[in-house]
Amino acid sequence: MNTTTGAGGPDGHGYSADEMMSVAAARSLRDATSCFVGIGLPSTAANVALRTAVPDLVLIYESGTIGTRPDRLPLSIGDGVLAETADAVVTVPEIFNYWLQPGRIDVGFLGAAQIDRFANINTTVIGTDYDQPKVRLPGAGGAPEIAGSCRRVIVVVRQSLRTFVERVDFVTSVGFGDGPGSRERLGLTGHGPTLVITDLGLLEPDPRTCELMLTALHPGVEVDQAREATGWKLEIADEITTLDAPTDDELRVLRELEQATPHT
Amino acid sequence: MADIVSLDEAVDALVSDGDTVALEGFTHLIPVEAGHEIIRQGRRGLTLVRMTPDIVYDRMIGAGCADRLIFSWGGNPGVGSLHRLRDAVEHGWPRPLEIEEHSHAGMVNRYVAGASGLPFAVLRGYAGTGLMGRQPDVVTTITCPFTDEQLVAVRALRPDVAVIHAQRADRSGNTQIWGITGVQKEAVLAAERSLVTVEEVVDELEPHPGGVVIPGWAVDCVAAVPGGAAPSYAHGYYDRDNDAYVAWDAVSRDRGRFVEWLGDNGMAMAVDAAHDGAGGAA
Repeated sequence: MNTTTGAGGPDGHGYSADEMMSVAAARSLRDATSCFVGIGLPSTAANVALRTAVPDLVLIYESGTIGTRPDRLPLSIGDGVLAETADAVVTVPEIFNYWLQPGRIDVGFLGAAQIDRFANINTTVIGTDYDQPKVRLPGAGGAPEIAGSCRRVIVVVRQSLRTFVERVDFVTSVGFGDGPGSRERLGLTGHGPTLVITDLGLLEPDPRTCELMLTALHPGVEVDQAREATGWKLEIADEITTLDAPTDDELRVLRELEQATPHT
Repeated sequence: MADIVSLDEAVDALVSDGDTVALEGFTHLIPVEAGHEIIRQGRRGLTLVRMTPDIVYDRMIGAGCADRLIFSWGGNPGVGSLHRLRDAVEHGWPRPLEIEEHSHAGMVNRYVAGASGLPFAVLRGYAGTGLMGRQPDVVTTITCPFTDEQLVAVRALRPDVAVIHAQRADRSGNTQIWGITGVQKEAVLAAERSLVTVEEVVDELEPHPGGVVIPGWAVDCVAAVPGGAAPSYAHGYYDRDNDAYVAWDAVSRDRGRFVEWLGDNGMAMAVDAAHDGAGGAA
């Protein structure tokens, strides 16, 4: 965990950069109807959203649990608490073929080990030689088809030179491929990434170039920090907004969820 | 009708050296004890198939059972890497491991094709990813004969043996699973032979909402193995032992500690075999 403590919200309460990221990610689901949730940071944020801004959000995990409302953060995508609190539990073939593939799910909510300027995601290998990787990562899981078939994709990832690279070492999940027109050529039915939330701020694809561009910062973060944590020449939006610090309520919900979760 | 036998009899009868073996269970009902029995019986040269190879495959790979792994997500959920899997891929210990990797959607469709008696399945997937083109003998593009749309075809998976764990079976081997049911039914129906380990064998199965029943005549062997999914969980029987997953990280990081662990857990025969021709502990 990144334990950097921010300067403190308007009411004087401190919060960490990771907490700000999770709260910003939860807020990003404000207009979402259903969300296919990856484990880790996306799962934390989706569960905060369910308890704050988006009480009607339908959470879907690849284990086949639809409309689940876990009372703590699930430790894996197949945690028993997901099945116990779900509207429906379906098989894994069904969740991918009947629910994800036809484009029924609004937001795909993903993490990343690497992300590039066109929002392509790598969770497979670090290093360009697949057979002799520097680091062997877990692999694709559900992500390639979540990234392809959800109506839109939101990514939550900590921003650093290690993660924000010019070109991912391995394309596990396609964002905008090589740029404009790639998704159409590949026959991907969803719109692709619309937002990337980091511990520094928000990036959104430039509609002309499909390249990720800095559009907002968390309180107390400077544009140069985002530039320095990005492995390509980062474009900056004409108007950069500063996001509101987490509210007391948002922080309480996030911390209660984390406290109720057995730590691994 | 399935034979109701002991676990060691079932593995002896169904799993042979060189087989393609799928142990399925999607974070829930993982047939861990069956995996341990395969280690104990010293099987070699297996192609292991599993969507989410986790600690049971880490153990089987570390004990030298496998030459090949077909998977879509390999990690210790909520903890990190599978160190025995990485040691085999990166350093060939205790033997080299070839890998074939997919997405979850690709794997489930390969099982569905196998269960359906079809040579392949069609999906929207893989397009634009680095997984496309790595294994053209099992993943390729296909043109829809009706719309000319470009789609992806994945080859059917037909394992020699599928092994799953279920909550219970009756005395005819009809098997009942509830909670997260994963891809187990497809794995059993795709395979030539199948083994179901269960928490208990009962006189009569009571209906369970959302439950899946696999008829006994579609299964070869059923073995009662109470606690057989631990440290994963069995809905209605016991919870996931999260501490065991965390503890595995330290054991599996070190070859010596791993070998010791195998010995301490009744798999010492496999320890000797795993050491044959291996270059000693790291």
